[in-house]
Formats: sequence, C-alpha cells, structure tokens
Amino acid sequence: MAGLAAAFGSGAMTNSIAELEDTDCILVIGSNTTENHPVIAARIKRAARLKHKTLIVIDPRRIDLVRHANLWVRQRPGTDIAVINGLMNVIIQENLQATDYVAARTEGFEALKDTVAKYTPEYVEQISGVPADQLRQVARLYAQAPAAAIVYTMGITQHTVGTDNVKSLANLAMLCGNVGIAGGGVNPLRGQNNVQGACDMGGLPNVFSGYQAVTDPAHRQKMAAAWGVGDLPDYVGMTMTDMLPAIPEGKLKALYIMGENPVISDPDADHAVAALKKLDFLVVQDIFLTETAQLADVVLPATTFAEKDGTFSNTERRVALIRRAVSAVGQSRPDWQIICDLSRRLGYDMDYANAEAIFNELRQVTPSYAGITYARLETEGGLQWPCPTTDHPGTMYLHKDKFARGLGQFFAIEHREPAELPDAEYPLTLTTGRVLYQYHTGTMSRRAVGLVEKAPECFVELAPEDASRYGIGEGERIKVRSRRGEITAKAQISKKAVPGTIFVPFHYGEAAANKLTIAAFDPVAKIPEYKVCAVQIEKG
Amino acid sequence: MAHSTLNINGTTVKFTPGQTILEAARDAGIDIPTLCYLKGTTPTGSCRVCVVEVEGARTLLPACSTPAAAGMVVQTESERVVAARKMVIELLLASGNHNCFVYAAQRDQGFKVEDAIFCEAEGECQLQALAERYQVFPPSYANPPDTKYYYEDNNSMIVRDFSKCIMCGRCVRACCERQVNLAIDIGYRGSHNKIVARGDYPYIDSDCVFCGECVQACPVGALLDKAARFQGRPWERTKVRSTCPYCGVGCQIDLHIKNGRIVKVTGADEIPNEGRLCVKGRFGWGFVHHPDRLTTPLIKENGSFREASWEEALDLTARRLQEIKDQDGADKIGGWCSARVTNEENYLFQKFMRAVIGTNHVDHCARL
Repeated sequence: MAGLAAAFGSGAMTNSIAELEDTDCILVIGSNTTENHPVIAARIKRAARLKHKTLIVIDPRRIDLVRHANLWVRQRPGTDIAVINGLMNVIIQENLQATDYVAARTEGFEALKDTVAKYTPEYVEQISGVPADQLRQVARLYAQAPAAAIVYTMGITQHTVGTDNVKSLANLAMLCGNVGIAGGGVNPLRGQNNVQGACDMGGLPNVFSGYQAVTDPAHRQKMAAAWGVGDLPDYVGMTMTDMLPAIPEGKLKALYIMGENPVISDPDADHAVAALKKLDFLVVQDIFLTETAQLADVVLPATTFAEKDGTFSNTERRVALIRRAVSAVGQSRPDWQIICDLSRRLGYDMDYANAEAIFNELRQVTPSYAGITYARLETEGGLQWPCPTTDHPGTMYLHKDKFARGLGQFFAIEHREPAELPDAEYPLTLTTGRVLYQYHTGTMSRRAVGLVEKAPECFVELAPEDASRYGIGEGERIKVRSRRGEITAKAQISKKAVPGTIFVPFHYGEAAANKLTIAAFDPVAKIPEYKVCAVQIEKG
Repeated sequence: MAHSTLNINGTTVKFTPGQTILEAARDAGIDIPTLCYLKGTTPTGSCRVCVVEVEGARTLLPACSTPAAAGMVVQTESERVVAARKMVIELLLASGNHNCFVYAAQRDQGFKVEDAIFCEAEGECQLQALAERYQVFPPSYANPPDTKYYYEDNNSMIVRDFSKCIMCGRCVRACCERQVNLAIDIGYRGSHNKIVARGDYPYIDSDCVFCGECVQACPVGALLDKAARFQGRPWERTKVRSTCPYCGVGCQIDLHIKNGRIVKVTGADEIPNEGRLCVKGRFGWGFVHHPDRLTTPLIKENGSFREASWEEALDLTARRLQEIKDQDGADKIGGWCSARVTNEENYLFQKFMRAVIGTNHVDHCARL
C-alpha cells in the first residue's frame, strides 16, 4: 500500500483480474496464488496453459504455479530487492527499457540507474542464489513482452523491507512502461474479502474514507460538517502494530475490536495476549468467541455476511453487494446496528434505516465512490472505483495517461538483509502463510466440515534434505522453536520447501505460527516480518 | 469484426467468423439444445444432442463444434434432427440409472413410488429436461438390472454417482480448462470409459482440490454437493446473489436457501469469477449456522462470562468508554475495524471512533 502510494499516488491494485488472462506476460512474485487466491490463479493458469502466455514465478517455495510456469526463480528468502534490482540492471544494460515512457511519465530514473548499476547478475547471484543467466532470461521475457503484469502478495510485503520491495516492483514496472496500460500494472492481491474496502472507508489511522488525510484541515472541516460535529482529531493515530506495545506503556487504556483476532494473527502472539490483558477495558464484537474475544470484558454478538446487507470492495477495487439471505442467529445484530446502538448511548445520534442509507452518506463524502449506488450495483453488477459520477462506468485500470501523483516516482533502493537471520543456534529460516483449505485465523474455515477434513491440523513443511539431516520422517511430530516461543506440529516432507527453510501455516491456534514470528516491522507500512525469522527444530 | 450471414430455420442470421453454428444461433435467440457443451471451454461434440441438419452435408452436424460458414442453410428442429435427437436422448437415458421417467411412464402399470431410486438432480437435470421436451419415455434399451455402478461417498463435500454419469465430459473441462486444476480426465477405453482422478482413485486420495467446479458443471446427478443432499428439491429453494466472504477476489455467489438456512453455494456467472469458486467459497459456509455462533452479548465477571441483555452490555460498554475518555482522554482509546465486515460498517466504525470517541487510533488487519 505505502510503497505503491509513494510511487504512483495510489496504493490500490492497478489493473483488473480479467486482464490477467489476456496479457502477454505475468510475473508472480511472493504470491502462492493457487492456495490464497484460487480463482485468480485459474486465470493465470488459463493464460499460461491455454493461451500460451509467458508465466514467470519468483518464489523460494515450489508453489503449484511453478508447474505451469515458463520459468521459476528460487531466491533465498528476503532477497527480493536484490533480484528486482538485478532484473533492472539487465534491462538497462541491454537497453530494453521503455525510454520514451520513462522520460515522459516518470521521475528519479537517473538515481535508480546509478543504484542498480552494481546489481549485476553475478552480484545478485551471490546475494540471492539465483543463477545469473536465469536472471537475464527473466529480465528479457518481462521487458520484451508488449504488456506484462506483476502479481504479488504478502511474500513481498511481510518483510522489514516490505515497502521497499513494493517500490522495487513499481520501479521495474515503470521502467518497462507497464503501468497505465491494459494487461500491465503492479497488482497486490488482497488477502481478505474487504481489506480494500476497510482501507477505502478510512479504517486507517491517517485517513478518512477515500484516503483523505486527517492532517489536512480542509478534509477535517469537510467531514466535521458532514457529521455535524465541532472538530475532529488532527493527529495521525497509531497502527494496530503500534497500539499493542502502547498498552503496557499506558498509552492506550481501552480497545474496541470489531471482527479481528489478533491473538492468532499478530506476530509474537504471547506478547499480544499479555498486552490485551493489561487494558482497562476491552470490548470485542465478533461472530464467534475467538481467542481474542475470550480476553474481553464485553463481547457483542455480530452477524455473518449471509445475515446482512452491504457492500464489499474486492482486490481490483470492485464494489459488490452482499444481501441478507437468512435471519440473524439468536440475538446477534449486524455490526453497523451495534455501532449505532453504542453511538446513541455516547450522545451522538446515529440512525440509519438500512445499509443503503449508510452507503448513500459515505458516497457523498468519498469522491472515488460518489458514482456508485445500490441501484446501479443491482442492475450493472460490481463497479470499480474511481467512479466519480453516476454515469461513470468505473475504472478498469489506474494511471492511464497520468499517474495519480502526476509523474511516477522511481526510488533507488539497496538490498538489506532481514531482521533475523539463521545462525548456529537457530539454523533454519521460518516462513509463514496460508493453505488452500484454511483461512486466516480459522475462525470461519475451521468450522466447515470439508475444509477441516482436508486440512485438519497444523504442519511443518520441510525439504527432504532437511528431513534426513534431522532424521525426521513424514508425519512425525516436530518441535519448532524460535527466540520467542515454541510449537509442535506434524512434519510434512515436501519438495515445495527450499532446503534450510521451513513453512508453517498460521491458521491454527493450538500451534500458532505467530508464537514463533518476530515482531520486527517495516518502518513505513508497519507490516510484520512474517516471511523470515530464525528457528531450530527437533523431533517432538 | 466482419460479419457474414447464414440461414437458420429460414431466418437470416449474422455471425462473426470463428463462431460456431451454436454461438451464431444463440446470439440470434434461436435455441439449440446442448448437453456436453460448457461455455468457455473447447467443444467436443461428444453427446450429439445439438446435431443440426446442414444443407449439402451428408450427415447431421454437431452445432457446438461446427464453424458457421457464409451462406450455410441450417435446420435445427427438422424431422431428421428430432428423430436423431430422440435416439441420442434415449441412448443416454439407457446408459445408466436414469429412473425418473421410468417412474413417470410406468405409474399406471402398478409402479410404486417407493421403488423409484431417488435422484438429487430431479428438476435441475438437463437430461431429464431434454427427455421431457422431446417426449422420450422409458428407453427400449437398458443395462441389465444387476449392473453395478461406481458410487463414491467417502469425503464430506462431493458425492460421485456413476449410475447417473452420461460421459459428457463437462466435469473434465470444468476442471482442466475453467479451473486448470488438471485433476480428472476420461480414463479407459470404449464402453469401459469413465471419469478418473489420478490413476482412478477416489477424489479424496487424488489431486482434486475440491473446488467443486465439476459439481457445478455436471448436467445430471452424477456429481453432487453432499451437504445439499436431502435438503429439499431445487424448486423449494430461493437463490440470493451475494459476494464470497473469504479472500479478496470477491467472487459472486448464489446462496441457495431453504427454511432460513443455506443449503449450498454456487458460483455466479459474473465478473470476476464467471462461475468459478474455490473450496472455501463453495464448501466453507458452515460457519454461518455453526452451534458455536455467539447468540447473546456476554459480560465478564470474576474472570468468566455470563450472558447479558443487549441493553446491559451496551450500557456497560458506553459507560466504560465514556469514563476512560473523561479520565484519560479520547486518545487513550483505540479501535480495530475489520477487513471482514462491510464498507458501510467500516465507514461507520471510523466515524464513531473519530467523531464520537474523538480518536484517530483506528486500524485493521490489512498488514497481517
């Protein structure tokens, strides 16, 4: 988000899902698309298999997409910047860049050029383990494709250098003139159904809905007038990852959590629990008594998506309806009604007839949503923002002719090592993520019979080489220990894993991967480094 | 693109070069029945239901896989076509245990309802619809009564009943071309051919990832959504269009509802998924009706929860927030909204935190 916003002026996925099927080249980096976004993966696989487009996968794990790819590059975890700089080095060396585009639409190219000059394929091979010739091949395939799309997810962002990783991808795309065209772009795939919408709606410490900065007096004035209040706080608030450590320091006394389960999803989970326990007051609103809700003073029962009306915004900025299909379970209420109920008790009268009434208010103060109405969503289906007026068809891809910030900004970025590297005591690298059959902290997916049947319990994926080194057999219990905690899970020996690196999914509370992970953050985006930390293993 | 014309049933119809007779006809609103045809995949012409009569052609031609040509003269319901189609349908009915019409035709001959083998696809089955449309009643041919068919019911999501399979191959194309999961194919030869997963294993032991695309593509009752079995007939259910609550793709879904409960979920033919779903979207909705759902507000007292009324829980929450705001300041209160709830709710949440509580400590789990 922060990386793309800095480079282009907007943090959203630049292009659309359907375009992936018809572009010339797809570069997938740090995304196990088949398991995390299966329906987008279907498009990518169709492009590669049925339409004979070029597919390049850059990932330490032998993910499923590898078997559909023309080329697979296996870098050492945490060396993405070096690899991307290496690609740009080759492109510039061989004069494959989009010179006119760079001159007309971007700034900062000279500094980029100077920085990537030293990232020769041979130098990058030393850092990342990627053979120099392979790097050259990838660079040529990507640069010579008329339109090439980059697809990434948390494998790029969940690093201490996450923002710089994203900026590097933005550099690469701009260098080849791939932003602002159909089938191109830099495309972060959102992991949760409404991450895009939560950001769009101002569920962030620094902006109101529509990314209107809280530090801008004009925006504050506009929102205060719309909401009928005197003034609004003018400082940038704390992020989630700032708020937790602020609790033991006494900087935060109360927390209102709606539909989040940080006890499982946050890094260094034991610390998160300890922090939440120190609050004077914790209210949790959820559909289940989650691990987090169990720590609350008050728990408010909310409804699921099937019991309410509203809209979600998907990863490609498409706003689509959800509709009430069944009645609310027990006394549970839609989240919006609960917020109104609380607000009235705190002296501010929030009163909406239905979800549509709220939408009608938000579209008036959110320019990118202004042209979207429930009536249009009913008749036309989902609409992609920006959609400024009711006769606007929505926007398939961003930055056409002009970047949101004017000129695209190149950033000259150097490779930096992850916060915690393997050493003699903790000799292996741990990377975490999801599996196809489960979802996030498992609150929903672990209550679906079929999903549990296919993925009942936590596992540790390790390479055959490591398994024989430690004398571990398939299905045996193994202990994984980091400087922060320990879990036990079943061994799954797989060629997916790169030797020296193990993978643990984070869905399972009883073997929570995030007891192991390090609370080291990207300084800008405040995203934790879930993809690299040092661990040791032994037979359990 | 350039248009040419052909003549279908006496009407001049425009087509784009590359289109099949079927596509040209459908664009012109002329109905040609199909069975093995699956939108967006390679036509195989295997079922022969869509055969049409083309002037000058020696045989009837499958509309789904015959390219339209300029000046072609086509009949879609001529006597010859209908006779062939009836034969095709009769042979398909005879190929398995398609008992729905056996029952209908034999009712007056003392056939008892209890003797009918129940079919989940009743009312949705495309073969049944064709038999009804062309009035093809019990087949003169049939497999011997003791024929054994493969039946697979060893996982919790998909049931495979090969007594209903007509080998149209739609499931294979759904798997290999729509999802590109490459998990199933047509195995064996001649009359022994059947749909196989890996080396003819049950789904659960194969490369199948349970996206359920094959179930949605099956025109008969050979592939079933297990949870939906015995949950009412299709016409007793209502469909509600919604958006999948799992990942960020935003697949459009239809919730099939009976008696206030979800019975099954299918993919809607809309952008961005065009009918596709993954295992979570199709089979992961059980949480909605799960007994663990919170049904009442809870208040913690002496370390354990007790049930409370909304009034009490909301009053307590509002009072504590107000107290902390008054004593410690609004900036000592934080709020986490959610990537799981709607836009409307996230908007309202940040409005509440900013305008009512007076804090900018608002965030959600986008980073995790």
